[in-house]
Amino acid sequence: MTLKTIVQGTAKGIILKSNNPINFLGAVDKKTGVIRDQTHDLFQKSIRDVILVFPHGIGSSVGAYTIYSLKANNSAPRAMICQKADLTVASGCALANIPLVIVTKEEYDSLGNGNEITIDNDLIK
Amino acid sequence: MELTRDEEASLKGEKGETLQLAYRILVATGEATNAEKLIPISWSHLSGVNYNTIGDAGEEFLSQLSRTARIKVKTTLNPMGYDIDSVSKFNLDENFIEKQQSIRNSYEQMDVTMSFSCIPYEIYDLPEKNTQVSFAESNAAIYANSIAHLKTNKESAFSALASALTGKSPYSDLRKDQDSPNITIGMKVENPNELTYGMLGFFAGKVANNSVTLSGIKELDKRSCKSLCAGMGTSGTCAKFVLGDGDEHSEKIDFDEQEMQKIHDELNTTDKGDLITLGSPQLGLEEISDLTLMLQNKSFKKRCMIFCPRVVQQQAKKLGYMDNLEKAGCEIYSDCCTCLTPLIDKKDVDSVTTNSIKGAYYLKNSNGVDVNLKSLLEIVRDDTT
Repeated sequence: MTLKTIVQGTAKGIILKSNNPINFLGAVDKKTGVIRDQTHDLFQKSIRDVILVFPHGIGSSVGAYTIYSLKANNSAPRAMICQKADLTVASGCALANIPLVIVTKEEYDSLGNGNEITIDNDLIK
Repeated sequence: MELTRDEEASLKGEKGETLQLAYRILVATGEATNAEKLIPISWSHLSGVNYNTIGDAGEEFLSQLSRTARIKVKTTLNPMGYDIDSVSKFNLDENFIEKQQSIRNSYEQMDVTMSFSCIPYEIYDLPEKNTQVSFAESNAAIYANSIAHLKTNKESAFSALASALTGKSPYSDLRKDQDSPNITIGMKVENPNELTYGMLGFFAGKVANNSVTLSGIKELDKRSCKSLCAGMGTSGTCAKFVLGDGDEHSEKIDFDEQEMQKIHDELNTTDKGDLITLGSPQLGLEEISDLTLMLQNKSFKKRCMIFCPRVVQQQAKKLGYMDNLEKAGCEIYSDCCTCLTPLIDKKDVDSVTTNSIKGAYYLKNSNGVDVNLKSLLEIVRDDTT
């Protein structure tokens, strides 16, 4: 199920799922955690305190600082689940201590928006 | 990923907090790229310099880090928020200038070269073929892999910083010679200019994984090439393009007028700009020289902001280009860039004309202004007298 744990940790929360990749620098307000890219399917939604499920990060390398800033501003997701690992999200989560796991396509599809889940290192319940 | 005994000790914190942090990042990025080990790199290029992008949390992080951290390899730096020579002309508050200065000081304290440029490949001598580097700026990483024959991941701000502090990076597929693109994009748009190539890059970034083949491209001048790299870096994770016909088993996708129109409609939000910006990526000497020629006996009807590295500005001054550009009404800024500039504020500006796809994306999403896309030729034709 879990393909790989990039950043270890435990977290419990409600899934906020997106079908679009996220450009953290361009699309996320680093103070509030609100998505401000009008073309994104999470437009105007907040990623604060959720389990953020999205395909992968894209775009600017500075997005890693956005993830770190979200954490410093108490606006970060509790954990992230992706289909593909990218360096911006991996390094941002590593520095901010946000658990990050990569899952298989099947597992990804089975994660339902609004469901409550627990991540405990390599396990998703 | 396998670590040496020494690397393991650093990760455990036996060699101090700075190295522990750097190795924590390298281990996460190593896992993310399926690397089996870390290898030495000889040049790191950092992003995360502009206070507008990294904010208070970033400023405080760097200030704390710089107390003890020192770089181990040659390390250069992306643009910051303003050009100190002209900052008084803009309505930046004191807090911004103070925090930007602090970020600058932190990097200087760590012995980083104060280059403030997103085109390191144009202002420094390139190392020999196949040299391993760590470039965070996405246009520079793509340029390094695709044109400059260097090897880098599309590093993040933190993975390049970790490389600078350790002299190491994960040995990913991109760093090996095993990388063959599984997608070939056919360039089907006739008479492309740099704007077309920027949109091709943006399109390719969306559909490609780590690398992509681009077919049907006969020649690529510097301006188009930089535009392609920057567009690609903005929309995806793709870190390399190869020009050619592509592997026969690769998936074939066309970039035609229709696909181009879709990208255009996504990024172009108005048909007129209050001002013009040139530079994201920053302009190199060749582009400054071209522009000087194009603007002979012409003068801009509206503000035109040009961004370039300080060293390019100095060379251009010596060669007389600066005087000519200023006579044509251009404002030239060093050390900063269109991309995420605090110098364009939606309180004063409704819309911007640019030939930069990367600039357009961030002007629209981060600065919140409308964007009018035009090629440089069209800008000079329409907006000068």
